[in-house]
Amino acid sequence: MLCQNCGKYEATTHVKRIINGETAEAHLCTDCANALGYTDVFGGFTNTFSDLLGSFFGEPTVGALSSRTVRCEKCGSTFNDIVNSGKIGCADCYRTFYDKLLPSLQRIHGKTRHEGKTPKAVKVETDSTESKISRLEKELKDAVERQDFEKAARIRDEIKAIKEGGKNE
Amino acid sequence: MSKWYLGVGEQSDIVVSTRVRLARNIADYPFPAKLNTKSRTELNNLIKEAVEKDNPFNLRFIEMKTLARFEAASMAERHIISPEFASDADGRALMLSPEEDISIMLNEEDHIRVQVMKSGFALDEAYEIADRIDDSLNEKFDFAFDSRIGYLTQCPTNLGTGMRASVMLHLPALTMSGQIHRLINTVSKLGLTFRGAFGEGTSATGDMYQLSNQITLGISEEYAIKNLKAITLQLCAQERAAREELLQDADTEDRIFRAYGILKWARLLSTKELMENLSLVRFGSVAGKINVPIETVNELMISMQPATINVMAGKRLEERERDMIRAKTVREKLG
Ligand SMILES: [Zn+2]
Ligand SMILES: [Zn+2]
Repeated sequence: MLCQNCGKYEATTHVKRIINGETAEAHLCTDCANALGYTDVFGGFTNTFSDLLGSFFGEPTVGALSSRTVRCEKCGSTFNDIVNSGKIGCADCYRTFYDKLLPSLQRIHGKTRHEGKTPKAVKVETDSTESKISRLEKELKDAVERQDFEKAARIRDEIKAIKEGGKNE
Repeated sequence: MSKWYLGVGEQSDIVVSTRVRLARNIADYPFPAKLNTKSRTELNNLIKEAVEKDNPFNLRFIEMKTLARFEAASMAERHIISPEFASDADGRALMLSPEEDISIMLNEEDHIRVQVMKSGFALDEAYEIADRIDDSLNEKFDFAFDSRIGYLTQCPTNLGTGMRASVMLHLPALTMSGQIHRLINTVSKLGLTFRGAFGEGTSATGDMYQLSNQITLGISEEYAIKNLKAITLQLCAQERAAREELLQDADTEDRIFRAYGILKWARLLSTKELMENLSLVRFGSVAGKINVPIETVNELMISMQPATINVMAGKRLEERERDMIRAKTVREKLG
């Protein structure tokens, strides 16, 4: 399908919009999507991104072609399913394909470590104690650099608590 | 019943509204694309029951399949739901407050999308409410979360905080003076998305723009909001300076009053014509040139969109009939 804006290039971004009182889908090439502010692979809650996202994940690696295809135990998705649909199947997919997804997350967000709110009861603690401490130490450094001393103090307490073995267990 | 767009908040000469959205998924359920209609409906009912048990915001449950298509489109026009959500009713439901400022979309791209909308510049207030709703849902459900990459979402672009905060800005002077293109380029390099809020194509209909955070992983809610606030205030300052300069020119005042004249006397008004003229009237009103309350401008801008006129009429009208109703309503509102 050709881009509806320029009519020259292949449409890669598909944006749902309300046009003249009806839902409609706009099909745009990457350049036009950029020019119109729909670089929303990064931004929008309202877009369908599968094509562009596919290109983020890149070509299937040689490993993906090997005889035993890895599937998510919970929802049955393969990594290629994710690339083709641009959608992750379930929470377990993130664990199953974590290493393969990481470079894409880096490209999309520029970072790969969550900062911010944590749900009240996080049952699965995937970090080992050492990696958690080293992550927190990095966050502490960031917070100090940003002069966010309130947060820095909080992280410092958290590190202390973990080292004393008084938290989470 | 006072809708969000009938209020006037902080910085309301420029900031029309503020919106915060949170994406959440329930652990143990595959993401919506992997659920059939039956499981989606099941999940909707689970969330409905949980919310209704203790419902401080009086949210009402609406199955999207019970709405006419133009009713769903009208909700998207009024920014209550996303266009994506309006486009397909299958296994989707909405929880909505009477003021329409709080909505929870169920089985949009994620199981749960909490949205809080406020008049004017109210990022902290909107986030605080969204955060409270998130906490109360979290009492009843375990959310899909990984300590390394945060809240897990169907699309990896929303991973991490799952938060999208945005402001709708009215920038007529920066648009008229042509400075907007440079600003869009600059701002998009600062981790924000900046684009037209209404209509389609290159121009922002009615000079309305939406500014939102682009990245959700590795940046805390607090920091993302702080960043968005700082850039919004800078844009406001630039817009005010550009307005002042334009107002030195008699042409600007002439354009404002001509726009007012068209809205007061036209017998047929298309959406585009309405938005373009309302933009000038809003500019004139804030500058003290025309005595039209901003609430009236905001209300007309939101409620005179095509699908919303269909809803008022209770049926899908022809475009020409809508243009007639639009002109009549605007004439009456502007007295
Ligand atoms: Zn194009
Ligand atoms: Zn899975």
